[in-house]
Amino acid sequence: MDLLTMGRWSPYAVGIGIGVLSWLTFILSDKPIGCSTAFARTSGMIERLLRGNKVLEKAYYKEFAPRIDWEWMLVFGIILGSFTSAKLSGQFKLDWVPSVWEAAFGPQPVTRVAVALLGGVLLGFGARWAGGCTSGHGISGTLQLAVSSWLAAICFFIGGIAAAFFIFRVLG
Amino acid sequence: MLTKLHGSKRTQLGLGLAAGFGFGFLLEKGGVARYDVIIGQLLLTDFTVLKIMLSAAVTGMLGVYLLRSLGLARLHPKPGSWGMTAVGGLIFGLGFATLGYCPGTISAAVGQGWLDALVGGLGGILLGAGLFASMYPRLRAGILAKGRFKSLTFPELFKVNPWVVVLPAAALIAAFLYWLESRGL
Repeated sequence: MDLLTMGRWSPYAVGIGIGVLSWLTFILSDKPIGCSTAFARTSGMIERLLRGNKVLEKAYYKEFAPRIDWEWMLVFGIILGSFTSAKLSGQFKLDWVPSVWEAAFGPQPVTRVAVALLGGVLLGFGARWAGGCTSGHGISGTLQLAVSSWLAAICFFIGGIAAAFFIFRVLG
Repeated sequence: MLTKLHGSKRTQLGLGLAAGFGFGFLLEKGGVARYDVIIGQLLLTDFTVLKIMLSAAVTGMLGVYLLRSLGLARLHPKPGSWGMTAVGGLIFGLGFATLGYCPGTISAAVGQGWLDALVGGLGGILLGAGLFASMYPRLRAGILAKGRFKSLTFPELFKVNPWVVVLPAAALIAAFLYWLESRGL
């Protein structure tokens, strides 16, 4: 099967595939694809390990209980699916520094990891503030023609484009 | 609707894993498990991310609204407000560019072997989500409630049959993608 061992598919084939996948999740699970709630739940699970059951009293975790649910399994599945695809095409490689980053800021893993950590904090915080991410709002929400999701997706790109130009055209 | 299947907890966990596997496989094949591709989109030099998102939205929109008309699916649009959606969206955008992945693509990046995603990014997202959970009680009654949207979806907002919005929206997105290709982007 050449298709499975190819390194890249057309973005349109991938997009149509994701669209069809979302039909299936709506039919079989009554759920839209989304990723960021799983991170909030995991954060609650880790906090519960460290601080005990009083974590469950937090207002946020009463709404989003820190437990493994459908979406958590979905995120875990993404790692497995991507790993399988990357192994089939020979793209799997352990690496610390992406080439675009390296060209602007050098090959040291520590700077890249520190900035990724900072970016991750902003991303996790912003995703929960907005109530969704590039999957939950950006794909699943826009396909449902949700008002909140179209605004969120536009703001993701306004913030993202502004910050990327600052990082790579001013700092880099 | 398959309500019996929806209520079966263990089966649903398995279905979630299977859907994730498919999603991760597609994201990796699309190239968006890579920092370079995502930053290329935000620097407006590589439109892969937008092409994937918009073709998924068109396909999903036509199918999900059809399933809904047939009584096989129901919608789950998220509520929002200016304070929640616009402010949160802009913060997310800053994180999107600083990290170079989003919550879905970072999981795909981990699967492809990216250690900056695994060590820096995942830890950061968990910290950020935890920080938000701690601040939530104060934010909930304040900025998150500012300018709440009265309608959940555009067909509700315009008070029209959903297809009056679905078909033109799908056509507009298709036209935009055609324009991107015709410009060689």
